[in-house]
Amino acid sequence: MFNPIQPKPCKILSVKHETELEYTFRVEYDIKPDHGQFLQLSIPMIGEAPISVSEQGDGWLEFTIRNVGKVTSCIFEKKAGDVLFLRGPYGNGWPTEELKGKNVVVIAGGTGVSPVRSLLNYLYKTPGYAKSVNVIAGFKNEQSILFKNDLENWKKSFNATFCLDNEEKEGFRKGMVTTVIKELPLKDWGEDYAVIVVGPPVMMKFVGLELLKCGFDEKKIWMSFERKMSCAVGKCGHCRIDEVYVCLDGPVFPYTTAKNLVD
Amino acid sequence: MSYKFTKEEAAGLFAKLSEKFDIYAPIRFKDAGRYAETDIIKYGKISSFDEGVYNEKSTYPMKEVLSPIQQALFYFTEDEYRESKCSTKPMLVFARPCDINAMKVQAKIYAGNGGFIDMYYERMRERVHYALLECNADDDTCFCVSMGTNTTDDYDAAFRFTDDAILIDAKDSAFEALVKDGKACDFKPEFVKENITKVTLPVIEDKETLNKLKAHPMWEQFNGRCISCGACTIACSTCTCFTTRDIIYGDNQEVGERRRVSASCQVDGFTTVAGGGSYRKTAGDKMRFKMLHKFHDYKARFKDSDMCVGCGRCINRCPELISITETLKKMNAALEEIKKEK
Ligand SMILES: Cc1cc2nc3c(=O)[nH]c(=O)nc-3n(C[C@H](O)[C@H](O)[C@H](O)COP(=O)(O)OP(=O)(O)OC[C@H]3O[C@@H](n4cnc5c(N)ncnc54)[C@H](O)[C@@H]3O)c2cc1C
Ligand code: SF4
Ligand code: SF4
Ligand code: FES
Repeated sequence: MFNPIQPKPCKILSVKHETELEYTFRVEYDIKPDHGQFLQLSIPMIGEAPISVSEQGDGWLEFTIRNVGKVTSCIFEKKAGDVLFLRGPYGNGWPTEELKGKNVVVIAGGTGVSPVRSLLNYLYKTPGYAKSVNVIAGFKNEQSILFKNDLENWKKSFNATFCLDNEEKEGFRKGMVTTVIKELPLKDWGEDYAVIVVGPPVMMKFVGLELLKCGFDEKKIWMSFERKMSCAVGKCGHCRIDEVYVCLDGPVFPYTTAKNLVD
Repeated sequence: MSYKFTKEEAAGLFAKLSEKFDIYAPIRFKDAGRYAETDIIKYGKISSFDEGVYNEKSTYPMKEVLSPIQQALFYFTEDEYRESKCSTKPMLVFARPCDINAMKVQAKIYAGNGGFIDMYYERMRERVHYALLECNADDDTCFCVSMGTNTTDDYDAAFRFTDDAILIDAKDSAFEALVKDGKACDFKPEFVKENITKVTLPVIEDKETLNKLKAHPMWEQFNGRCISCGACTIACSTCTCFTTRDIIYGDNQEVGERRRVSASCQVDGFTTVAGGGSYRKTAGDKMRFKMLHKFHDYKARFKDSDMCVGCGRCINRCPELISITETLKKMNAALEEIKKEK
């Protein structure tokens, strides 16, 4: 009988140190996920953790992991050539069809940049897919900046603003991502736009409110949720809010659904 | 057709059924209860009819046969995940209508939700055949009639244990072949038609009403009363939640298992993520989450039924004497208030 929670041993191809606390692991894997989906990564005897795909290529996936606890710290001890156990992909991913031909806005904070990285790189490599791409990415400080090479690329091709919460640095603006929203040329876009938001819960809340205040239509906004997960296949109940399972129906939700989900 | 076996013939019948089935029934564990000189009745494999307890409500639900409180998922050896094994012998499980109906509720989650079929549940479900027990154990906590779970036709045969005989109504033809040595009789199972306790199910018309009910002060009273122990959900016939845990055997770092352990939305930590963030922090928030899952959210997703079979075990088990039927009354009153405000 097919066992949907059976993990598969996969070889780590490379490990890149993004920051002191965040490493990107490139791992051998055959299945191509949709942008914004996640996998369950595990180490026998330690446990499992849901991690978003931050980039994908032929026969490999990348995961950008923040070292916060038991499983993640054990993953941090792994080197190229070592084995990680994977299962997935899970969840729904970003609504890529809704982005086609639109003025796309991506607002991401901190580790939240990793679930939008593969999408942004896809848009970078596929000019014309979106009418325009507008990126607002925020990090706490200089030490926590992720994906420096990608940021360079995005700056070249997109209308991109990068922020540091309360530090000055060339190429970055001091302040929160919320302060940039009002500068987006919403008036020029008419109905032709789509906004995706991902980051810590408080950041998403205030970004949502600011978007509405600036006149964005709630039907054109999507957000990615993070909840405790133990199975990722709709069985364990940990991720449920109302009749919604974040692992199955999310992690990406239209704002119209998201605003009504009360934990 | 129905058949009768005398007390003397019982052992022979059991032996015959055992050839085909592993037989499960509620078993009494003496003095194992929470208070002095109280027993616990919970499901287990029996080796004679005498071991089963057929005329009392079991403390814990039948679901434990299919989805145990804890079970091994994988064994780790070196760098391998080895799936835990399980017998393929069919099981005959003695169960009342509420417990049998509860399995339909659980199956919607374990064997369907999101298109994923949980292998560990499914391989047990494939083995299960029900031996219906007539319910003669309802107490003032039961409300199966209100929930529509007092009857079922999902069984191979119905059993009645009297002082001097076993009466069997075989519904399934393969099962009938096993019992047709018995003396023909006219036994037909009876179902509970009325409970002492009746409930009115809350009607939540839309999201707006739902969110108003969530914000209603009625939930706050549980902050002082409910101690978030989770006894209610562990005893619940329908609750399905679990947590996955890896463990190491003793001092050997090289061998261990990935294990599934029952979890409760009523207990702190159910939603805790790395860094310590959590949702539904108060006992009232957790109670609201449980009640709305049982009497709104589950049905909103799976359509057919609510996530409660009215077995009353949560009421029997709560150390703080919190009653789900009383809580339902409070929800109805709150909904009336919300309606009037409109
Ligand atoms: C859809 C999704 C995508 C994610 N993507 C990323 C990513 O790309 N990069 C990244 O670094 N992190 C990501 N996370 C968070 C990551 O899963 C947690 O940081 C990780 O589970 C922590 O595990 P730990 O054992 O190291 O931490 P510990 O602190 O040891 O774990 C504490 C407990 O909380 C549980 N837990 C903690 N956080 C979470 C969580 N968010 N979800 C589920 N269970 C949790 C663990 O199972 C454990 O029981 C994502 C989470 C979700 C739900
Ligand atoms: S909620 Fe209470 S009454 Fe309903 S099925 Fe669970 S234990 Fe029984
Ligand atoms: S309702 Fe009762 S049994 Fe359930 S968690 Fe609260 S105190 Fe424990
Ligand atoms: S993570 Fe288990 S149900 Fe969603």
